[in-house]
Amino acid sequence: MAELPINVGSVVALPKPRLDDLLAKLREKGYQTIGPRVGDGTVQYQPIRGASEMPQGYTSEEEAGKYRLVSSGNSRYFDYTPGAQSWKQIFFPPRITLFDLCKNGGWKPVGSLEPSPRYALVGVRPCEIAAIKIQDLAFLRTDFVDPVYQERRKNAFILAVNCLRPGGTCFCASMGTGPQLSSGYDLGLTEMDDVFLVDVGSAAGKDILSGLPVAKPDAAIMGKAKQAVDAAKTKMGRQLDISDLPDVLLKNLDHPEWEAISKRCMSCASCTLVCPTCFCWDTQDHSSLNGTETERERVWDSCFNPGYSYQAGGNTRPNVRSRYRQWLTHKLGSWKQQYGVLGCVGCGRCITWCPVKIDITEEIPALRKETRS
Amino acid sequence: MTALAAVRTSAAVNDGGLLKPSWAEVVKIQPEAEGIATYWLRFQDSNLSKAYRFLPGQFNMLYMPGYGEAAISISSDPEQRDVIGHTVRFVGNVTRAINRLKIGDVVGIRGPFGTHWPVENLEGKDLIIAVGGIGIPPLRPAIYHILRNRAKFGKITLLYGARTPSDLLFSSELDEWRKSDIDIQITVDRADSNWQGQVGVVPTLFYKFRLDPTRTAVLTCGPEIMIRFVVFEALARRVPTNQIYVSMERNMKCGQGSCGHCQIGPYFVCKDGPVFPFSAVEPYFNVEDF
Amino acid sequence: MPAPCKTTVAVFKFSSCDGCQLQLLNMEDEILSLANEVEIAYFLEARRRTLPGPYDVALVEGSVTTPDEVERIKTIRGQSKFLVALGTCATAGGIQALRNYADADEYARAVYPHPEYLHFLPTATPIAEHVPVDLELWGCPINKGDFLEVISALLQNRKPNLPQHSVCLECKRRGLACVIVAKNTLCLGPATRSGCGALCPSCGRGCYGCFGPQPGMDLNSLVPTLRAMEKERGETARLLRNSSGYAPAFSKAAESILEEEKKQ
Repeated sequence: MAELPINVGSVVALPKPRLDDLLAKLREKGYQTIGPRVGDGTVQYQPIRGASEMPQGYTSEEEAGKYRLVSSGNSRYFDYTPGAQSWKQIFFPPRITLFDLCKNGGWKPVGSLEPSPRYALVGVRPCEIAAIKIQDLAFLRTDFVDPVYQERRKNAFILAVNCLRPGGTCFCASMGTGPQLSSGYDLGLTEMDDVFLVDVGSAAGKDILSGLPVAKPDAAIMGKAKQAVDAAKTKMGRQLDISDLPDVLLKNLDHPEWEAISKRCMSCASCTLVCPTCFCWDTQDHSSLNGTETERERVWDSCFNPGYSYQAGGNTRPNVRSRYRQWLTHKLGSWKQQYGVLGCVGCGRCITWCPVKIDITEEIPALRKETRS
Repeated sequence: MTALAAVRTSAAVNDGGLLKPSWAEVVKIQPEAEGIATYWLRFQDSNLSKAYRFLPGQFNMLYMPGYGEAAISISSDPEQRDVIGHTVRFVGNVTRAINRLKIGDVVGIRGPFGTHWPVENLEGKDLIIAVGGIGIPPLRPAIYHILRNRAKFGKITLLYGARTPSDLLFSSELDEWRKSDIDIQITVDRADSNWQGQVGVVPTLFYKFRLDPTRTAVLTCGPEIMIRFVVFEALARRVPTNQIYVSMERNMKCGQGSCGHCQIGPYFVCKDGPVFPFSAVEPYFNVEDF
Repeated sequence: MPAPCKTTVAVFKFSSCDGCQLQLLNMEDEILSLANEVEIAYFLEARRRTLPGPYDVALVEGSVTTPDEVERIKTIRGQSKFLVALGTCATAGGIQALRNYADADEYARAVYPHPEYLHFLPTATPIAEHVPVDLELWGCPINKGDFLEVISALLQNRKPNLPQHSVCLECKRRGLACVIVAKNTLCLGPATRSGCGALCPSCGRGCYGCFGPQPGMDLNSLVPTLRAMEKERGETARLLRNSSGYAPAFSKAAESILEEEKKQ
């Protein structure tokens, strides 16, 4: 095969069976490959060693409170919609020890934060890249950098994939975050019948492709790919009009719909934990019986937890109404004031994984009704 | 002005973002009232002791290993460098553990965090400092600053309320402050047999004097209900909303606007507060359970 | 010779399966350090020697089901500075509290050849219905990590850090797929207090609510969701009528289902 010049911005074709070579190359370069696997009746993000461990031949069905992985009848790898897990579990682990202390003539720290492996995230969707960018804004600020997040994020490789088959609860097109990749990836795949089109997004991506049997794609397949990506935009299971956000929320803090939602919401916190942008955390100390050793742990927290807003003298948000309102007005409201973007990427996880089927694409219109003039 | 001109030590001392505290020794414990004491802490690392700066109204996270952290406002003079005063009310898990500390014991510190009373911008103004209960410690550093620069300020009025006369904090200093031409009005919720002064809540003290809204700023800290009515009285006297400064309280965990707990609307109280111009928090101030 | 300053701990059994006491005995790695820190004054299942009260900490397993137990719990309360109700029998009545919704005499006649020798109350009730309880540690059985947290908190004079949130949070922290959403499996997790580390969902089963209702939650919206998933009628009510079934939130929810079903 003639040497094909590859640059950032090039698009090349990789024969489908060679996806394995791409993954092998990543591992060879020292990356730990984390990718989609079937488990627990859903798609999970776990360490993978090869393409054979990926959900080939699967697709998924989503509606509010329901997710089913089913056979797709074809041999495509990325026809599923992601499950409850998101990439935030990699950069912002659900549990991590910040430090250990030992009382030995004063409190001394024991050990230190372990260096993170270099992760290669395989099969990252456009909405998920948008979510990572949003978490970057929260954890990698100019005035504060979260060391845990930074350590894991800084060397990560993102092998992204265009979303050709949005799911039943997806609305990334409304949020402007997908289904087409725009930036933020090292390599971006488009899955066609026999080949992956590979869009080179960075020098690291280019580096990984070198030596792989890629070819110049012909115009016909490029056209087909564009068609498929364009078609995906029209296949969103949900829509959300964001034209009047965040005002419609922040100006309706006393809307009766908050009370109505609180009758349905269990305050179980599932939506916040499956949300790829929710970043709240808590710390807890675990001490030995004699009190001479203490572990300080950081864990995922949620604004739905009763202890979240507790302070001496009472709870700032003592009921479900105030907690749900906090979540939604933050996510689709005050987030914008904090970070310049809304906190929602339209991935639909909070709808799919709500055990009692609360759907934010229905709640926003409900809050829009009878708004105070 | 030196303390105020000092750059805000951006993040916590020696924090590294991992919430790692620096260790400080308890050098003095000053009981202030029933259930309240001031803990004077000195960093074990003398370099840190020299480098540490804070501004009036900022707070530290005090850490008791095994118990956790509590946000405690700094109540000492910003110009006093060697030791830092924290006036603590023993109400929670961590503060009750602090109550058991003895001289020489060690406590973790992260800080200073948050915004400060903008005293440097208030020169030339009349100030009304309206505080209730444990709301006075966060304002004491500002008072020290004002005392040191007394001539630069106009009329200073301290409105101070406590539950009972024995709950009054810093009472031994009040005379000193009066001598520096600070008008101090004190009220208690419940008098005892010796009490000669005012009985009632802090906002009622506004009825005892006149203010010129064009040159007055109000600084207030205390129970949320008190702040509400202080703001009400100030607004009724046409003090502009951006000349009323309130110190908000929320559950604070990280001090860095990262963990999310202390949010009120778009603000992280630990980072964007605790001191806010009322104009900033006004839209959220009267929303129930927000 | 016991050091006089050590915290004395006594473990008492009421009507129960002994599973929570077994959890204590199962702490193979920790029991020695526990014995170093506290004086185990009374724990029949662990040691023959018993010391008389008063005790600093009483750990009470089981629910009150006999006239004798009604008196005994009062004595224990009188002897104990800090009383912990240990496990779901002690906090919600346990599985034996199912009798509260049935005729206990009829059960006795069905099971025992000579029911006349039995002395029992018509109901099985949590400890807190009889004496003031200082702390409730839920679980069927209790989580030993939570138990150690309670003991270290007592020794260190602090509030124990016990989970107040739902099982869902634990599932999500563990990366487990929701069994309601992904498997159409009935699960009480959204309404149940965490503490088990999402044990059942991690095995693909729904939550049985062993750790009792999450404080302050009602089940208004979960019940219709679960009922719509039922493969056979009455599943949701049966799920609720389990070891935590007598806990008010679960009891109320089950009652309203049964009433509605009766009407149909």
